[in-house]
Formats: sequence, C-alpha cells, structure tokens
Amino acid sequence: MDDLLSEFLTETNENLAVLDVELVKLEQNPNDNELLSNIFRLVHTVKGTCGFLGLPRLESVAHAGENVLGKVRDGELEVTAEAVTLILACLDRIRSIMGDLEASGSEPAGDDSELIKSLNAFADGGRAAAPAPAAAPAAPPPAAAPAPSGASIYEQIGGMGTIDAVVEVAFARILGDLRVKSVFEGDSIDHIQGYMRDHLAKMCGGPDTTAPHPLAGRAMSDTQFEAICGHLQAGLNTLEVPQQIAAMIMGLVYAERDSATGGSTSAAEPPAAEAAPPPAAAKAPPPAKKEADGDAKESAVANQSIRVNVELLENLMTMVSELVLTRNQVLQILRKHKDSEFAAPLQRLNHVTSELQEGVMKTRMQPIGNAWAKLPRIIRDLSHELKKKIDLVMIGQDTELDRQVLEMIKDPLTHMVRNSADHAIETPEERRRAGKPETGKITLNAYHEGGHIIIEVNDDGKGLPIDKIKAKIVQNGLATEAELENMSDQQIQQYIFKPGFSTAAKVTSVSGRGVGMDVVRTNIEKIGGTIELRSQEGKGTRFSIKIPLTLAIVSALVVECAGERFAIPQISVVELVRASSNGELKVERINDTPVLRLRNKLLPLVSLREKLQLELEAERDSDDTFVVVTQVGTYQFGIMVDRVFDTEEIVVKPVSPILRHIEVFSGNTILGDGSVIMILDPNGIAAASGQISMGDADAAEKQMLRSRAINDEAVPLLLFRAGQGAPKAVPLALVARLEEIDRKTIERSNDRLVVQYRGQLMPLVALDPYQDNSAVEGQQPVLVFSDRDHSMGLMVDEIVDIVEAKLNVDLAAETPGRIGSAIIAGQATDIIDTGHYLSQAFADWFGSRRADSVGDNAKRVLMVDDSAFFRNLLSPQLQAAGFIVTAVDSGDKALALAEAGEHFDLIISDIEMPGMDGFAFCEAVKKSGHWQQTPIIALSSHASPKELAKGRAVGFDDYVAKYDREGLVHTLNEALSEVRGAA
Amino acid sequence: MSAAKNGADRSVAPTAASGEQRDYVTMTIADQLFGIPVLTVQDVLGPQNIARVPLAPKEVAGSLNLRGRIVTAIDARPRLGLPPRDNSKPPMSVVVEHEGELYSLLVDSVGEVLSLNSRDYQRNPPTLDPRLRDFSDGIYRLNGSLLVVLSVASLLDFGNRSDAA
Repeated sequence: MDDLLSEFLTETNENLAVLDVELVKLEQNPNDNELLSNIFRLVHTVKGTCGFLGLPRLESVAHAGENVLGKVRDGELEVTAEAVTLILACLDRIRSIMGDLEASGSEPAGDDSELIKSLNAFADGGRAAAPAPAAAPAAPPPAAAPAPSGASIYEQIGGMGTIDAVVEVAFARILGDLRVKSVFEGDSIDHIQGYMRDHLAKMCGGPDTTAPHPLAGRAMSDTQFEAICGHLQAGLNTLEVPQQIAAMIMGLVYAERDSATGGSTSAAEPPAAEAAPPPAAAKAPPPAKKEADGDAKESAVANQSIRVNVELLENLMTMVSELVLTRNQVLQILRKHKDSEFAAPLQRLNHVTSELQEGVMKTRMQPIGNAWAKLPRIIRDLSHELKKKIDLVMIGQDTELDRQVLEMIKDPLTHMVRNSADHAIETPEERRRAGKPETGKITLNAYHEGGHIIIEVNDDGKGLPIDKIKAKIVQNGLATEAELENMSDQQIQQYIFKPGFSTAAKVTSVSGRGVGMDVVRTNIEKIGGTIELRSQEGKGTRFSIKIPLTLAIVSALVVECAGERFAIPQISVVELVRASSNGELKVERINDTPVLRLRNKLLPLVSLREKLQLELEAERDSDDTFVVVTQVGTYQFGIMVDRVFDTEEIVVKPVSPILRHIEVFSGNTILGDGSVIMILDPNGIAAASGQISMGDADAAEKQMLRSRAINDEAVPLLLFRAGQGAPKAVPLALVARLEEIDRKTIERSNDRLVVQYRGQLMPLVALDPYQDNSAVEGQQPVLVFSDRDHSMGLMVDEIVDIVEAKLNVDLAAETPGRIGSAIIAGQATDIIDTGHYLSQAFADWFGSRRADSVGDNAKRVLMVDDSAFFRNLLSPQLQAAGFIVTAVDSGDKALALAEAGEHFDLIISDIEMPGMDGFAFCEAVKKSGHWQQTPIIALSSHASPKELAKGRAVGFDDYVAKYDREGLVHTLNEALSEVRGAA
Repeated sequence: MSAAKNGADRSVAPTAASGEQRDYVTMTIADQLFGIPVLTVQDVLGPQNIARVPLAPKEVAGSLNLRGRIVTAIDARPRLGLPPRDNSKPPMSVVVEHEGELYSLLVDSVGEVLSLNSRDYQRNPPTLDPRLRDFSDGIYRLNGSLLVVLSVASLLDFGNRSDAA
C-alpha cells in the first residue's frame, strides 16, 4: 500500500502543479474548451484515485471541485475570477491534506464542510444566477470572438486538417482490418475516405457537403460498425483530440448510424444542434459517456503500465551496456576457440543479451508525438493571433526515440514550427494572391532511416527571401557582396543558422525566419544530429533533421592509425575511399599538405598520424591509405588512416576530466576485445586542422564556397617553379598526376629522357630547356599529363602550391610553350601551354587524332569565348585535331562574322560572357541568318540541370565541359557527323 | 634513507599505546617509499594493458579497462618529477577514486599495508623537494626508512595545468 500511496502522491502532485498553471490560463482564456476539459479531467483523476485508495476526505473535496468544473464545462457556469479562486482554494486544500498524508501516511482529521458548502453553493447558485450563461460568453473577453465556448467541434479540434488526418489514420487501420475490409470492397477507397472526411467535418459543424454518406447503403454487421468506430476512435486518439471532444464526435457517429444505414437523410440535425450555443440537452449524454470511457481507459492503462524512476532506467541501461561489452569480449574469445563446448550456450547468451539490450532500449524510447504534443495548441494560438489559416499535419508520431534525445529536440522543434507559422506562412490574402490555398500547411514527418530518425518540418509558405538574407548578410558583415555573388541560393540560405543572424532587431520583417536558428542547429549538433534546409522562394521550406536514435550507444567506424585504434561516429562519415600510389585515387601533396582529388573536387586531407602526433619518427603516411570522408556541417574533409575495421556499436563514455581539454576526442569506449579506445570528434579534428575554428562555421562554409567557386570563375591552378623567372602555373584539371621520380630511374633512350611508368615508357620533357639533367640523386618532381594511352612527364624544379584564381591572361606570350602571363596569388605567373610540351613528347600526340578525325575535308569551327586563356588553350588542340579554328572573344564579333557571310561547320560558345552571354548569342544565331542550321555547342565550366535545360531551349545542340578536351573533340565530331547524316 | 634521518629509528619503538593507528598501502617509486590511506584505494592491479591517449599530458600513461570501467592511468614518476622507470619491470597500478572518476597510479611496486601510529607522523620538512612537497601530506618515520604520504587529490588535480603536456 505504501508504494501505491507514494505513487499516488507523486502523480497527484504533478497534476496539481499542472492544474495551477492551467487554471490561471483558463482565467485568461475563459473560452478555451480544450483547457477546460483538461482541467476537468485532471480533477476527475484526482478524485477517482482518492476514491480508489480510500481517502474520503480528499475525495469529497475533489468531488465538490469537480462538480463546479463540470457545470462550467457544460456551459451552465461562467469562468469568473470567483470561480477560479474557489477552485484554486479547493486545490490548496487538497494539497495541504496531501502534505499531511505524505508525512503521516494517513489522511489527517479535519473539516472541509465549509469549503465544500461554498463550492456546492457556487455550483447551485451559478446555475440560478446564470440562466443563459453560455449565450453571453463573448462578453467578458470581447477580443476572443473566434472561440466562443459554443464553438463548433470542428473549430475546437483544429478544422479540416485534423479531421483529414483522423480519417487518414482511421482508414489506414480499416484497410488493415480483415473484418471490415469487405464493407468497402468494390469502391474506390479514396472516394470513401473523402466522403467520410467531409461528413465528419459536417457533423462537427464544419463546411456543408454534398458527398454521399460514407456508410450509406452498405450492409454491415454491428461488429463491423463497432470495428470501424474503433478505428475512428483510434484516429482521434492518435491526433490527440481531447477525449471529451472525441467522445462527442463518436457520439455523433453513433447517433448518425441509424439514420445512415436506415436510409434516412436527416443527418444534418445533430451538427445543427451541436452548433447551437446552449446545447444543454444535446451535450448531456456525450460527457456522461466520456466519463465512463475515461474511467475504463484509465484503469486499463493503469494495469498495463507502471511508473519507474528514470534513474533506475538509466542504471539499468548502463548495466546492460556493460553486459553487452562483456558479451562482445566473450564472443571475441570464442572466435579463437572454434570447437569450444561453450559455443552453444554462449550463442544463447549472445541472443538473450541482444534482446535484453533491445528491451531496455525500448524502455527509454518514447514516441516523438510526446515532443509534438504542444504543437497543435501553439499553432492554433498563433493562427488566431496572426489571423492566418494554418493546418498542422503530423505524420509518424509513433516513431520512437530515446527520451534523452527527445528532450533535446523538443525545444528546437517547437521553435521551428513556431517559426514556420509565424514567418513562413502568409496571410490568407497573400496566399490567395500567390495562387495558393488560403490555408497554409505545416507538416511534421518523422521516420526511421538506418539507425537514425529523420524529422522533417515542411511548410508551404513563402520560403526564405534570398534578397533580404543577402542584405542582412552584408549588413552583419558575414560576407561581402562579391562573395555572395559566387554563392548559390542554398548557400545563402544556410546563413540563417548563423549566430545572431536574425535575432537582431526586426525579426519578422527582416529575415522571414530564424529567431535563433543557430541555437536550433547547435542543439541538434550537440546530440550528433544534422540539420539541412531546402527552401524555394514562394513555394515553401523544408528542414530535415537527422538524429541518432540514442546517445548511449552509437554506431562507429573503428580505424587504425600507427598501430592504435580509434572510433569515428558513423553519422559524420560520408564515405570510405582507398587511395594508393598506383590506383585511380591517389593522395597528392602540395607543399606537404595532402589532398585527394575526389570526383572533380579537391578534398582536404587530415593526417591522423600528424594530428595526434603518433609516431613522429615515421616521416609521412604511406601513399596506400584509407581516407574516411567526413562531414562537419557543410565542410567535408578526409581523415587518413592506415586500416579500417568494422563498424561497431559502441557505448560512449565521457573522457576523464584531465583529458577533456583535448578537443579531437569526444569520448572513449571499450571495444569487444576489452581494449579502451578513443572516440574521435570530427568537429574537433576540423577545428584542430586549422581550416575552421570550432563554433565558427563561417570558415567552413567559406572553405566550401571557395571550392564551389571553382565551378564559377576561379579555377584551381597548380603553381610550380622551373628554370629562371616567374613561377609557372597550369590548370590543375589538365594535370593527371603529380609524381616524384627517383632520378636514378630516369633513362636516356633515343636521345630523350624516359622513365618506366606503370609498365610503359613515359617520355620526360624538361620545362626549362637548360635544365641540368646530370644529377642522378634525389627526387625529380614531375607533372604527368595523360591522354588515352599516352602519358608524358613534365619535369619541374619544385611544386609550390595549388591556388584557386581567376585566370585572366594579361599578357599574351611570345615564347613557345607559354600561353601568357597572369597575376596569380599576387605574383606575375607564366601560364604554360601544355599542348606545346605534349607535342614535344610525342610528335604524334595530336597527329594520331587527325587520322581518325575529319581527314582531308577539314571543318571550320568558330569558337566564341571571352577568356583568352581558353581560346589559347583550345584552339591549338582543335587545330591539332584537324579543325580550322576561328576564335573571337564575344558574341557580337561572332555575329559580325555571320553578317560578313563567313561560313562555319560548327560553333562552340562559352556561356558566361560579358555583354551578350552564350544563351543570347545562341538565340540570336538560331533566329535568323545563314547560320541557323549550324550546330552550336555550349562550352561551360559548370552546368546545372537548369542551365542545361535553358541551353537546350535556346537552341544549343550539345554541351561540353570546359576542361574535357577529349569530350570536346568527340562532341564536335559527333555533332558534325549528325549534320552530315541529316544532310 | 639518508643518513640524516637515522634518528627516526628511535621513535618507532613499540609504544603504540598512545596515538591513533592508521592503515596505509605502501608503494615504492624510484626507491622512495610512499603511502596512500588504505580506504582510498579501490584496487591494486598487476601489469595492465594500457592504451595510450594521444595528445594527453605526459603524466597520463593512458586508459585501461577495469571490469568495464575506463580508468585513466597516471604515471607517478613524471607526475612527481622523478626520472622515468627502466622498462625491465612493468609498473603496478593502484586504483583510486577521485570525484567519481577512477584513476590508476602507476608505481614501481606495491608493498604491504602498514598500520602506522600518528605519533610517528610529522609535517613536511621545509627542505623537502618542492615537487614532492606539492603532493605530500606529511612523513611517517618508520623503522629504517621514511614514508611519504601521497595526496591523491593534488596528484590528480590537473585543473590549472592541463596545458602542461
């Protein structure tokens, strides 16, 4: 009995605390039926439990209070300050009795008759004093017109959105229920669902409908009807429609059954009656029913669940974690002794442990719906306040996650939904003007995906206003206008996650969204989650949050470096790449900084060996290495490790306080074999690698922008030194590999320098013709260019750096082998003409092409590109491939040639050009003139699908990437042969 | 055991009647006898597999797994400013709990538990090596040797010198 009593005390104290708050709210919002019924339910629960435990004094006090509340709920009494005071007094009495109860273990003696009398008098007097109380509910709070206490059920539950969702849930269940499936057979479920929804809405006082009754004319047994009602009730419960209202709706459904199945069409009556303000008669039965329901339900729930101290669960979880670790250890030992007689029992132990772990994990799991519980209310209030129409649709409330995680995301989620309603959803007029339905929709969707939970917050509002964000970015000095120019919309949108971005001043009018989105992101990242944002102006916004199911056990990749093992949390691992000196992927070094070219992007690499100062004597990582591609925010980098083991479920343990200052570790753990290993913190590594500083994602993003910017204008250039004079540069994309060749292996054949390279002889050409080739010791840095089967090495003195720079060739070169000079990294730099050296190495480098290309009948090609660099780079190559090339630097000049009557077989045009851009040029060409039939190929360094589509629309025949030399020649030939075929 | 402390012999006469008895786990570090109150010691372990923790202060030898709990191993020699131990003999671990965390002190060897009389106790002599003085709670005069009482709390207080790696 003691346990039961203490449980009762805990629960009732909780309830009383809630009641205090709720009552005050009710006083401010006397017409909030939801609140009222919640209060009623709580008091009722207190009363019920007291009776059950045999506490007559408490019971009688609670009963008197409930009595008053019941009258209020039924509209017979008004919520006045007096009523609230009385009920608060009643609660205080309950609390004081409970205090004694807690101290002494039994109900104290005392007299409550006075309080009860005044409560009863108020209940009776109220009835007498307020003959038509519900008729004037709008009087006390004149502003709160939209929610009179007699508001239709329709409005109370949140309109069509809720009903739709209820029916959706109900139908999902109905369709899975073999008993009732047959009832709807032969009809389109979608239609029936629609009818059901419309009818339910109408029944609740929503918009009228002409839809036939969903159950009209359907033969069904009582059990089937009951089953359908059961599903509907389940739907109502899922959507957390307050029990009282749910009961009313169910009452209506039952009431309608006779008329519907009986064929009568007088179904309109109940809603009409419902909608009338003083529904004394109509309302009496459902509440009574509700009470019965409530009792039945609560006792049922009470039998099935118990309250457990959270600490106990935490301890249990820790113990199970230990058990799992021990199990792993034992299994590890077992692997060494294959035929052990322990094998079978240990397997059993293994299974039992797994199940136990799962079970205990489940005790910590709570449906995400718990974190959403407050949202409908918030949305409802906000929509009233802001005079907007908003539907909140919640999908996947049953999705469960660890309570610790749940607590952590509760506030961020609430915040985001509030933001959506406040800033994203437009007013009905605005929406109408934008051609959208008046009612905005916010959808929450939660689901599992591979050990993670994905929560999406979608709205169909106005999206993030790029221009305003840009202005704000510049205003706050987060980026310059020039930098913004190079950013995609998505990158700009990311700025809403910046600290202080929109908390400043006029939140609503400025950024559209984002009171403290930085806090949201920080909170989510704190629990190892990620948040992504996609928004389209005018269409809406989607946030996608990815969080681990639980914090206690995470999936981690175990890697080895310098003989020591480390764990990297799986959530930050994007992919695993193997790099080797002779494979496709290869670690390259710029000034000792390792990088990896991965799918046309330069991935910065972090050497774990160096970062953790492991084995400093080993000078550098071998080139055969694994690269763990890791993502921190928007910053991607690779961690170089020696070996990669399995992924393992690990129990994260915090590191000892004296090691906590080491930022590259987020914790430590014990592996299956009993060894202790450190868990790497990718955030810390990124910060420690100097590229980005912790807590300042700006740098990370800038870093990414920098690499993105390559696609726009700046190109990565390899800087090196060779011979006298200025540093030299070559576009990195033209270089196949960087090698260091042992000078001893350089041989001389046919008066040329060659080296054996990948089973072939590779000719070496010195960039500096006066280079002294007599040195036989040491390493010779070589840039390898390759094309088809040919490779050649260009010997240089020193590889300096890789920089990204805009290539403006300022001075055209006279010297063969130079395209010209440009300013790179603040220094005059020679841009070398690779073509020159290629043909030095292989006289037939381009010649072999000529044979299989166009042949004697050389084709004329017009190249339009504003960049001298590309004209100079591509013309020789095209010429070498057998084309006669005319190059001009603008569309205007090209059109002038057309006017002059020049003929070309094919036109290649750049897209981004000052003045007339590629699209305009193409349009002009295709519009008129004798070039109309000439195929035009777009040449661009970046191509989004959108751009491609645009290109096709204006008449480009094909598209080729700027650095794709082989592709260019191929495309040209293809386009020409098509023309020939068509002709 | 320097000559200057010979006078200690006299005081360890069998006069345990007066004064308080206290139990200490004794251990040697670089030939010096140390003691830790027996109640603060959780475990005494033989040689263990200690996983090195990169970037940790040099006094931190690494972490070890003690029945599923992670214990941070502190090497007493560098901590006390003593020369490193030669590798011929693996260290022993004395596991202590400090502010809810387990630490293992790596010492050269662990001896018996001694019950010592407070009459033989005295505060640190002012001439004591300053490095030792920081970590010593006092000295017991034993028969033929001196025992330095180690202060676990100050040994494990890396608080304001976490950057002293």
